[in-house]
Amino acid sequence: MILEELLMSEPELCARNELPKIYAVSRVVQEAKNIRSIFFKGKLDCKPGQFVMVWLPGVEEKPMAVSEVTKTEFGFAYHTVGKFTKALDKVKKGDKVGVRGPYGNSFSLVEPAVVIGGGVGMSSVSTLIDALKKPIIINGARDKEHVMYQNRFKGKKMIITTDDGSLGKKGFTTDALRGVLKENPKTKKVYTCGPEIMMKKILETCNAYKVDCEASLERYMKCGYGICGNCMVDDKILCIDGPIFSSKLLNTLKDFGNAARLKTGRKVSLKEYYSWKSG
Amino acid sequence: MLQTTLCGIKLKNPTILASGILGISKESVDRIGKSGAGAVTLKSICHEERTGHPGPNMMVIEGGMLNAVGLPGQGIKNAIADFGRLDNLSVPVIGSIFGYKIEHFGTVAKQMASLKPAMIELDISCPHMDYDKPFYADADAIREICALAKKNAGKIPISAKLSPNVYNIKELAQAAEKGGADCITAINAASGMKIDLETGKSLLGHKTGGLTGPALKPIAVRCVYEVYDAVDIPIIGTGGVTDGKDAIEMIMAGSTAVGVGTACYYHGPAVFAKICKEMEQWMKDHKVRKLDDIRGVAHE
Repeated sequence: MILEELLMSEPELCARNELPKIYAVSRVVQEAKNIRSIFFKGKLDCKPGQFVMVWLPGVEEKPMAVSEVTKTEFGFAYHTVGKFTKALDKVKKGDKVGVRGPYGNSFSLVEPAVVIGGGVGMSSVSTLIDALKKPIIINGARDKEHVMYQNRFKGKKMIITTDDGSLGKKGFTTDALRGVLKENPKTKKVYTCGPEIMMKKILETCNAYKVDCEASLERYMKCGYGICGNCMVDDKILCIDGPIFSSKLLNTLKDFGNAARLKTGRKVSLKEYYSWKSG
Repeated sequence: MLQTTLCGIKLKNPTILASGILGISKESVDRIGKSGAGAVTLKSICHEERTGHPGPNMMVIEGGMLNAVGLPGQGIKNAIADFGRLDNLSVPVIGSIFGYKIEHFGTVAKQMASLKPAMIELDISCPHMDYDKPFYADADAIREICALAKKNAGKIPISAKLSPNVYNIKELAQAAEKGGADCITAINAASGMKIDLETGKSLLGHKTGGLTGPALKPIAVRCVYEVYDAVDIPIIGTGGVTDGKDAIEMIMAGSTAVGVGTACYYHGPAVFAKICKEMEQWMKDHKVRKLDDIRGVAHE
């Protein structure tokens, strides 16, 4: 009985499964234009910046950053862009959704810190903001309607930037970051998640100010545990080596800010990647 | 101690990354090479770009993993542009190809050969592709596919990857050998399924998929054992090898090299160095100096 022998020799391996746990949706929240959160009653042991694989039975399974965790509830937020997120838009309270994970590494918790979210990227740094004592938050969006989490982080300083100036400061998050770093020269860490072009600019700004940066990256993935290879960034397997990478590595990654793989595995420019994802 | 020659290819050890796992780019090949693999097999590609099946694509279950990824791939033309060549990487590379029709194995083998891989593997045995009649259970088709690929691969050796989902694997291995295959890869995943009780739905987007990992190993050992009896060409024994003892067992069944895939889930890419270390330890403990001394001993 070879399998029994294996079970005896390496019980933690063969007895292990990573099947989705089925939850009934406890509530949904419209966070901003085209951005919604879906919550589940239940406990999830999750560190800031980790993600879960969300299974909509009969539709698809996709990675989603965990955006909120309490002792009794957790959830994720998403921006409606493609087929899967359009299916998520139809999900309502009581619907059954599968969740497995959490997966990936997590943000360090170093302060004084600046935390920057671009668009729905705010949802990937929100559990980090919850865990930090006194971060300065830069929340960037294209316009007023797309700003999420305006009132979520009570007692924490938030600078809102919009591309068109319809709310907060007009301009990009990098403009606000330069100001913050000048005013707060003791800043030890800049955390960010958002469009990769924005994160690349943030990394360059951090390099100029000699501040360490941690960025949460996104790639198309099929497993979450380092097998499919589709999420590779250079020779790093994003789902197990990342999704969070810090300055030292980010500065060496050729794909960062440049290229990603489609579902077929073909490597394309980030522009083509994003346009495929929203198609 | 572990040096192995497979169809004239010198391997530092007999572990080979199995197709379908991580082998997507030059960088991933180099990483697996640095992790200690003797060779790396790329994900299977065909004549066209494919997105594969809807997710979920992979599920870890007790005893192994189920997958129905559906052979996504950038297609051979894009792969040629992406890789440039395969003979200048840190580890020997096996190019895996598949086709919808028999003739595809000829055209794609020819294109793959231009990348100069150490070997070309013919993936005729994916358990979750929608063929009319699967090649993997058809001896005549296997012979024809191997002959066509061999003709187009030039001097590059070819290996036919067989399926366990068949009545008589011996005659299929013999058909591959007759067709001109230089090697047999045994085995691909076994057909399987997992249903979620809460939703009553299959946990794979494609409904059914392929079982790999430890639960597949006894089946793989049996298949290698049977193929070893049936042909004179070497075997890459693949299926559930997770530690050094599994690899030794596969060699005792008759395999020359050992494929490793799902074990990357349990131990990460570092699994190759781990398996090699454990093999060496076992050999020292049992006063075995070279793998040739134990290869196929289960047949004596």
